[in-house]
Amino acid sequence: MTANSHTHHEPSYLEVKPRKGIWNWLLSTDHKRIGLLYLYSILIFFAVGALLGLSMKLELIAPGETIMGAQTYNGFFTLHGIIMIFLIVIPGLPAVFGNFFLPLMIGADDVAFPKLNLLSWYIYILGALIAISSQFMGSGPPDTGWTFYAPYSFQTNTNMLPAVTGAFVLGFSSILTGLNFIVTMHRMRAPGMNWMKMPLFPWTLYGTAWIQILATPIVGITLLMIVAERLFQIGFFDPALGGDPILYQHLFWIYSHPAVYIMILPAMGAISEVIPVFARKTIFGYKALIISTMAIAFVGYFVWGHHMFTSGMSGEALVSFSLLTFLVAIPSAIKVFNWISTIYKGAIHLEPPFYWALSFIFVFMIGGLSGLVLGSLATNVHVHDTNFVVAHFHYIVFGGTGFAFMAALHYWFPKIWGRMYDKAWANIGWLTFFIGFNALYFPMFYLGIIGMPRRYYDYLPEYHGPNILSSLGAIVMIAGLLIIITNLVRSTKSGEKAEADPWNGKTLEWKTTSPPPLENFDKQPVVDKGPYEY
Amino acid sequence: MEQHTQHVDEHYDHIGSKMGMWLFIFTELILFGGLFIVYSVYRFMHPTAFHLAAEELDVAIGTINTVILLISSATIAMSITAMQQRKKKLCLGFMFATIFLGLVFLVNKYFEWKVKFEHGHYPGSDTLHELGHGDTLFYGLYFFMTGLHALHIVVGLIIIGFVVRYVINDKVNPERFALLENGGLYWHLVDVIWIFLFPLFYLIH
Repeated sequence: MTANSHTHHEPSYLEVKPRKGIWNWLLSTDHKRIGLLYLYSILIFFAVGALLGLSMKLELIAPGETIMGAQTYNGFFTLHGIIMIFLIVIPGLPAVFGNFFLPLMIGADDVAFPKLNLLSWYIYILGALIAISSQFMGSGPPDTGWTFYAPYSFQTNTNMLPAVTGAFVLGFSSILTGLNFIVTMHRMRAPGMNWMKMPLFPWTLYGTAWIQILATPIVGITLLMIVAERLFQIGFFDPALGGDPILYQHLFWIYSHPAVYIMILPAMGAISEVIPVFARKTIFGYKALIISTMAIAFVGYFVWGHHMFTSGMSGEALVSFSLLTFLVAIPSAIKVFNWISTIYKGAIHLEPPFYWALSFIFVFMIGGLSGLVLGSLATNVHVHDTNFVVAHFHYIVFGGTGFAFMAALHYWFPKIWGRMYDKAWANIGWLTFFIGFNALYFPMFYLGIIGMPRRYYDYLPEYHGPNILSSLGAIVMIAGLLIIITNLVRSTKSGEKAEADPWNGKTLEWKTTSPPPLENFDKQPVVDKGPYEY
Repeated sequence: MEQHTQHVDEHYDHIGSKMGMWLFIFTELILFGGLFIVYSVYRFMHPTAFHLAAEELDVAIGTINTVILLISSATIAMSITAMQQRKKKLCLGFMFATIFLGLVFLVNKYFEWKVKFEHGHYPGSDTLHELGHGDTLFYGLYFFMTGLHALHIVVGLIIIGFVVRYVINDKVNPERFALLENGGLYWHLVDVIWIFLFPLFYLIH
């Protein structure tokens, strides 16, 4: 990095190198470097997960065995799920952009516990290595899917222990990050920044952190029970010993449904940052966005049963879970209306982050509305465990969280690296990705409705047409991804120098230099107005 | 919210550290909460078998261990008070007492478990299989929950061991003793969990 452009300022965090080479990264407790450590590790894991996904789509391009057999396919969708869920979308926005921007946005010099923060990353890597080792050791890759459903998860001969243990360890990392963020927000906001002046991305991180703390231990203990079941036959979930496999499903989804909100809340937060900046307008309904964030975090605890509508539950339970599922859709809809109202009569600046934000709203609405189809009991029975479900959660998790991640990456890129990317290529990449994404997942809604089940490597000939479109979409989407990544990676070195505030943003992270100095601000910022006052 | 302090130059935040520890204790309680759910479900399904199996447990050892843990919670609390009153030696004395009591608890646990193994009352044994589902689940829960609790005792002892080192070299001192307080909080957590395990397994028949 060149230092001469910042001579009148302190050196940027990238220029402060107290140690030798790689140790500047591996031993740094600077929240910005830790955020980037997460970003780079997540990108590597994402490449693996995406290749697995692409291979599955290539397998499905024609009926019958195309490039892999049934057992390989089972292993692929299991590892694809484990990597994408536990290694990418759950840590995703909080660990990368939360780490990097939470202290900046609240005017602090770091998170509350910087050493614990670095430890969280090491635990994350440890968990990832344990989980991935399941592929190479023992008796073959796990084949249960990422949900580890009992009793199959302790009956299969495949290498389940590392997969389950890895997920357990990753939970620790998630908990510690959440804990760190909550204390940071309670203790370290800049003078004058009361809760109702805090930007919305930190607010969503706050809701997310509470979910991480309150829900993750449940899946932790549940996975431990699976470990004990395999090692000691404790019998909790084994019908042969008096256990109840449905109880496993309950315990698993008590965490794993709120986990969906761990994935989507920070995404909504990032979108709430991008939209007012590129509409040059105060966010519409700041308080409504905060209340809906907390409402989602709260109601999200009570909807887990909708994953189990066909598993066996009383009629009363089914109706209650269905009703609560419809309720949790309301705060999400409130957010969409708030974003649209913010854009209304704004001075729109069509830049790459804004394209990502707009397309986020589009795909998130498709995902959300298809969720209502699944939340209603009668239609759920029809599309349960079909491609419809796969399409729905990819629209939410990949469409929602993924698009928001890209919006955040393009929005904060100049702040992180102090350089601007090539906007034309960014737009081309976005358009290619957007077309590929919809071509890939939209046909799966149709395939689900006409009855194609998920998690099979093969299908009947009448499902062929939409599957071709879907597989071609996957190729286009990967091409788009390559364009985006190439453009960004190149620009970290050769992009134009970015100013401190290239987008005319109003939140605190734009008040410091790009890239920020080690201690974030030359002097402690004092806040006297709301975060989005244009 | 309360006044928040400047942190650019001041990196020690006593309240913040304790807040972090309380949040962590929350997660531990919920971790055991998952097990309490499983316990309730199976107790509801097999009331008689749970009743009879619980009578097999040794109430005497259980009571002794309960008393030991309660006293150890008192000693770790007293070590914090001693630190506040700047009595370093007394503080260390109470910490060693806590470690000693924790070890006694584990030794008792070992003998208790050993008897169970001799009777064939352990997960996966043929004896339990013959006794039926209720007993299998009871002993599965017994070993899993008391085992996880014993693991927490071990972790608690390691934490207190580290804090002992910090007290000796004055990194924990009357001005900065959040670490000692947090170690104490963790030890109380271990105690509180036992306070729930004891009646669930030993007392209610």
